[in-house]
Amino acid sequence: MISFTPGDEQQLVIDTVRRFASEQLRPLAHDADEQRSTPAEVLTRGWELGLLHNAIPEALGGIADAQAALTGALALEELAAGDVALGWHLLLPATFAVPLARAGSDAQRERWLTPLLEGGYAPLSAALIEPTWDFDPTALQTVAFADGDEYLLTGLKGYVARANDAAALLVYARVGDELAAFIVPRDSAGVAVLDREQHMGLRALPTYQVRFDGVWLPAASRLPGTIEPLLDRSRVALAASAVGVARGAYEYARAYALQREAFGRPIAQNQSIAFMLAEMAIEIDAARLLAWEAAWRLDRGLPAMREAALAAQYADEMVLMVTDRAVQILGGHGYIREYPVERWLREARGFPTFLGLAIV
Amino acid sequence: MIDFEMPTPVSRQVQFIGMLGEQVMRPRARYYDDHEGERPVEYTSLIWQTVRAQGGRNFSADTSERLDRDGRPRPRIGYLMLAHMVEALSWGDAGMYLATPGAGLGGAAVDATGTPEQKERFLRRFGEGEPKWSAMAMTEPHAGSDTAAIRTRARLSDDGREWILDGEKIFVTSGAMAARDSAGFVVVWATLDPSAGRAAIKPFVVEAGTPGMLVTKLEHKHGIRASDTAAIIFQHCRIPRENLLGSEEISDGRSSGGKGFAGAMRTFDATRPLVAASAIGIARASLEFTITYLRQRGVTIRYDVPLHRQTAIERDLRQMEAQHRAAWLLVLRAVTAMDAGQDNALEASMSKVKAGQVATFIAQKAVELLGPEGYSCTLLLEKWMRDARINDIYEGTGQINRLIVARRLLGYSSRELR
Repeated sequence: MISFTPGDEQQLVIDTVRRFASEQLRPLAHDADEQRSTPAEVLTRGWELGLLHNAIPEALGGIADAQAALTGALALEELAAGDVALGWHLLLPATFAVPLARAGSDAQRERWLTPLLEGGYAPLSAALIEPTWDFDPTALQTVAFADGDEYLLTGLKGYVARANDAAALLVYARVGDELAAFIVPRDSAGVAVLDREQHMGLRALPTYQVRFDGVWLPAASRLPGTIEPLLDRSRVALAASAVGVARGAYEYARAYALQREAFGRPIAQNQSIAFMLAEMAIEIDAARLLAWEAAWRLDRGLPAMREAALAAQYADEMVLMVTDRAVQILGGHGYIREYPVERWLREARGFPTFLGLAIV
Repeated sequence: MIDFEMPTPVSRQVQFIGMLGEQVMRPRARYYDDHEGERPVEYTSLIWQTVRAQGGRNFSADTSERLDRDGRPRPRIGYLMLAHMVEALSWGDAGMYLATPGAGLGGAAVDATGTPEQKERFLRRFGEGEPKWSAMAMTEPHAGSDTAAIRTRARLSDDGREWILDGEKIFVTSGAMAARDSAGFVVVWATLDPSAGRAAIKPFVVEAGTPGMLVTKLEHKHGIRASDTAAIIFQHCRIPRENLLGSEEISDGRSSGGKGFAGAMRTFDATRPLVAASAIGIARASLEFTITYLRQRGVTIRYDVPLHRQTAIERDLRQMEAQHRAAWLLVLRAVTAMDAGQDNALEASMSKVKAGQVATFIAQKAVELLGPEGYSCTLLLEKWMRDARINDIYEGTGQINRLIVARRLLGYSSRELR
């Protein structure tokens, strides 16, 4: 029966993560962006929330219920409302673990998933994006050829978070016409982690280009399940995160407009400002409902490719509009890095690019 | 728990109305668009049977309590059902939907504010005989969104037995059918004392054919032409004193038990999502037609390709689809809150803002995409584009609803944010 009210357990997740995001992430966000690094302690503290465990089914050592994607979307919105770079950094291991849980073999899960769930934060990561303007996940330039019981992997990836110290990467590649994913230990021969990348936003999350120069992989390192649905799960994660960023910006701009006076009254009393805020709120809610519906379909096992794609596309446009207006409402202050809204605008613009950096 | 599963009775109803739309409304849609002012009898006669069988309540939500097999109350789905019915009828033809006979908006006012005696006297007719309409007359030539500024006067006659109405109302939906062409009535909002503001504005029931009530004009409209939109003049129009709905006292909404002007404004919380649902029906009609038309001509829509590989048509269609779904979900959120008995003024206005805009965007885009065909009257797209446009205007313009949303979000009164 249709309902837009989170269940009790979902509400608990929302409340818990919201508190963590506002108390632990938001206060660090400015300096983390400026210094381009995440304090290690916040990852440790965040790990204790058990969000990764919430995404992994019980049979595989997690605590996920039948609404794992939806709960993941709720958590990501809250994390991103605190700070998206820190939030994604915190959930980075999920980009490795969720694909294993959904499409991995028993042996792969035993080797990688079990120790991760039983241990502390470990920077396992994934490599999907390729650093070209025409990156296309359905036509990857990174390719793997089968040769006996091995694969030969060649290609260049970008936006690979923590590639410098991840024990292994989940590398997406094309095998013939198929989309495939391989577990690649970072110390494999032929793997070269290049310089750290510099981006407009998401600066607290260190990312690297990684070259795979004829890397020989055992056949058992390829995930046996279908890989395309993982992209849908990432699109939903991006949509939910975009909602979080937008909400953070909207709430900040709203509070500012109520308190900032011009011509003797709060600027929020001008329709030009008030209407901008009304439209921001409407668009945030609309994008959230699309993300929830796509997540709900994932959890039901229904086809979700179209819904996930539309939710992500909608959220991409929405978050740019909302953060851009937040900058405008703050006027000159909006442009100053001491205030968070310009950072949110820098992050918002990246959402059409961020595929693979988060997953539900 | 967050859930998107639709209750079976709702899906069944949508399917049934879809057939009605396809077989009864669509084939006559062009004719009544070309013949403005003619009653769409194929639809009104057919739907009247159903409306009459339900005691005349055509678009009022079933809010009765029902129990499941274990004796627990079932979740209410009255407004959810209603939104789906309005959406599906508007998918068939929005103008005809607006011309649905029955108790309608005027009846809703009687239902909400009338005494048992008044309800019997005014509403009984919708359960028997020939099709009848009721209408709501609020807007005046100088007062649209600013409803508190209406000037139509109501004075008590010298013997105290009658109200005498004087004034001019415009944009009365189904006004001609309610006031002149059927045995219906018009609920007229008039002031007992122009200096007393909202508190003095009261609803009065004027029976069809009452001397002094004159339909002076039928508007020629951009769209929704199957529905009549009338101007009505009241000249010393005498009605029984018992035809005032609610209290004669000049007081604020609170002390009149929410049945005065403030009460009328609150009914918008229920009706705005329904106008939004109507908008979405037109949007879905345009979208579905466009996609089918293009698919039949070899155009595909891919969802898994990145932006730079999408064709311009794909990008437009994806945007239309996402906007359509987003707006519809906002409507569903507003009506499920209504069914749950929650305050939904914010959600109602949000859904109205969004759907009003989205319906127009989608319908205009559909005409554009199909080029010379889209613009031609051989298809219904150009009509749907004209029909869609009203939804950002009536039942509160997009701007009025933004104002309501903004006041709610900012915690401002109507004085603080004007």
